[in-house]
Amino acid sequence: MKTLTKPGKISIVIVMLFLATLWLFPLWRIDLRAPQYPGGLSMQIWLNDLKGDVPIINGLNHYIGMQEINKKDFREFIFLPAAILLFILFGFLVLLLKKKIYYYIWTALFIVIACFSFYDFYMWEYNYGHHLNPHAPIRVPGMSYQPPLFGYKKLLNFEVLSQPDIAGWFFIGAGMLLASMTIYEWKKNEK
Amino acid sequence: MKRIFLPLCLVASVAFVQSCKMKNTTSAVKGDADSKVYVAPGKYDEYYNFVSGGFNGQVSVYGLPSGRLLKLIPVFAVFPENGYGYSEETKAMLNTTNGQIPWDDQHHLDLSQTNGEQDGRWLFANANNTPRIARIDLKTFKTVEILQIPNSAGNHSSPFITENTEYVVAGTRFSVPLGAEDVPISSFKQNFHSTASFISVDKNSGNMSIAFQIVLPGMNLDLSHGGKGPSHDWFFFSSYNTEQAYTLLEVNASQKDKDYIVAVNWKKAEEYAKAGKGKKVPADYAHNTYDEGKQTATSVIEHDVLLLDPKDCPDMIYMIPCPKSPHGCDIDPSGEYIVGSGKLAALIPVFSFSKIIKAIGSKQFEGDFQGIPIIKYEAALYGEVQKPGLGPLHTEFDDKGNAYTSMFLSSEVVKWSLKDLKVLDRAPTYYSVGHLMIPGGDTRKPSGKYLVAYNKITKDRFLPTGPELAQSAQLYDISGDKMQLLLDYPTIGEPHYAQACLASLIQDKQVKYYDINKNGNEFVTMGEKKANVVRKGNRVDVYMTAIRSHLVPDNIEGVFVGDDIYFHVTNLEQDWDIPHGFAIKNNPNAELLIMPGETVTLKFTPQKQGIYPFYCTDFCSALHQEMSGYLRVSPKGSNTPLKFGTGETADTSAQK
Repeated sequence: MKTLTKPGKISIVIVMLFLATLWLFPLWRIDLRAPQYPGGLSMQIWLNDLKGDVPIINGLNHYIGMQEINKKDFREFIFLPAAILLFILFGFLVLLLKKKIYYYIWTALFIVIACFSFYDFYMWEYNYGHHLNPHAPIRVPGMSYQPPLFGYKKLLNFEVLSQPDIAGWFFIGAGMLLASMTIYEWKKNEK
Repeated sequence: MKRIFLPLCLVASVAFVQSCKMKNTTSAVKGDADSKVYVAPGKYDEYYNFVSGGFNGQVSVYGLPSGRLLKLIPVFAVFPENGYGYSEETKAMLNTTNGQIPWDDQHHLDLSQTNGEQDGRWLFANANNTPRIARIDLKTFKTVEILQIPNSAGNHSSPFITENTEYVVAGTRFSVPLGAEDVPISSFKQNFHSTASFISVDKNSGNMSIAFQIVLPGMNLDLSHGGKGPSHDWFFFSSYNTEQAYTLLEVNASQKDKDYIVAVNWKKAEEYAKAGKGKKVPADYAHNTYDEGKQTATSVIEHDVLLLDPKDCPDMIYMIPCPKSPHGCDIDPSGEYIVGSGKLAALIPVFSFSKIIKAIGSKQFEGDFQGIPIIKYEAALYGEVQKPGLGPLHTEFDDKGNAYTSMFLSSEVVKWSLKDLKVLDRAPTYYSVGHLMIPGGDTRKPSGKYLVAYNKITKDRFLPTGPELAQSAQLYDISGDKMQLLLDYPTIGEPHYAQACLASLIQDKQVKYYDINKNGNEFVTMGEKKANVVRKGNRVDVYMTAIRSHLVPDNIEGVFVGDDIYFHVTNLEQDWDIPHGFAIKNNPNAELLIMPGETVTLKFTPQKQGIYPFYCTDFCSALHQEMSGYLRVSPKGSNTPLKFGTGETADTSAQK
């Protein structure tokens, strides 16, 4: 069993600190802009909450038959914080055991959580944009309203921009740090 | 260690990425906009712009291109500012079968026409809530006639006119049972109807009278326009809720892919009415006219109306399928193209009048709507404007074969060519445009100079004024290939449809003052010597004169608590722009503005004993502040003798 290098140990602390920002800042943001909303509308997705102009967005979406966005409908707001918390606790264990193998498992776990989160987010967006009330006042043939996973999209009269918010960037940073440190540890191992 | 800094740098760039938001809607004013709207002090505007007031019930008059507000014409709402609806002479204007209704929702305007061109005689205005049509005289800018429409509710597709002002129309937006039947709301399909009313307009006097009402199935008639040239004999109404929903219309009236444009051959209807095909039914409605000679309005309750049933009148009405709850129904200057704007549709259908006639001739029908033949969509269609924008509402036309459609959802004006139905230009509006107006844009002779967009939302466009904000108008120069935004100005009320005509058409016809010698008011006082106070029971008539700067009489005694006092104030001035005002302390009534040569009456029934000053409210001269007087109201049953005068002072010692 090879032990972790010093940079490896420091990286654990940084990753844990980065992930702690999830409780302080929003993870993701979706901005909308239309001519009659010159200041734009914005929705922030937190680890366990939705904030911003959600009621206004719901009010608009009912015309095209989209479901209401409601905090209560997201089981993610329970299991995602729990998963991240467990992940951080596991970080302490890795720090304590100082073994490379646990660092690798820890990284793998992160990738699993991240992939699942993105998949889950995508599926939510897909369902939200495609499952429209067939009795909605405005039905544009062939039109669906799936927001972009990342980046810009024009949906009817709205421009939509989807991007990570502060904690989202820290989350991505944590992932990149884990990936690069895993390679670093692996290479040190060979020497 | 250094490798740790890579992700750190990435995180540091977060702030930068976060600030990279979407672009703001930039202000679209470019070039020489300012010089195009600058009308120098002392210069006149080029156009009169008549703008509906929506929920204020009035009509406002602006000058174009300056956007300066010139006047607010009281029409369907009382106007304490000048006594409209409060003075004894004008109270009757707002009378209905349900008594005086002090307000309405004024949506659309149409200027009278001769041969499809504006003639500058009258302006017609609709009342949406309590169905009525008003006629405004453009010599005096006064409402001179209001006609109530029975068997209707939500008089929205009104007051559009035929090319020679033969008829002004009214159409039902909220279908109701005819007459006064007490039926369940759920019996909508069987019992509820919409009606298309054709109101004839006398060529000379302008007097309106309901010629006939066409009974249609229960649905919502939305907007309308008369044919032109080849389509002269026809009138076109857009309709929605042909689903016949009576609850949650937002959803239930938006289910069908197509509603209809209702094409009415009014010439045929006229013939049927003459031939006795109609049925005279009892229906009460008020007809109020203002007699300019007597300076007094009278209200007459009419008792019947002629109904035409399409079943008895073949070849009079056809339905043309039109996508998704059409709103605007606009006819191009040639009279050949009918533009229906499905407010929920992603395209704009343009129908061809000659194809409609051909389709009727060759019976290209796809069934019927409660007995009315439906013409096949393709058989009536000239073409569709593809991807024009979102939420098309209204279309106006210029003199170069172009159409301009307002897009409510995408908040823009879209210019397209009638020839090939290609979109040529788009200009943003700030925000959520409703109606559009090009001077003469709904006539045979539109002007190609200006377009005004009337916006529902103004948000950040003007200094904020609490939760309730002004709506706005935006002026565009449309003389070039590209529309150019010139001016943004707030409006009063909610502007819906508007009209504009060259100032030269009406400015020289303006009445400057009334000839006192022709004053036919029953209560006129022809000169100060005739000033008088007459008691008849508990009615007291004060025959008062006003001239700079005194009122005769200005001291009145011998009236009692509970008396009905009528102040008939005659303005003796015979010069332009010298009105006098008249107001009494503690009078639970409005004030009067009396134009030169005019007599207007203000009623006052004092409830308490006391001295009541009255005065002129319109700054008339250097001694305006002196233009006042006193009314002494004594307790009921007291024996104060009737006494009045001006300039008489008592011997003070005698009073002691």
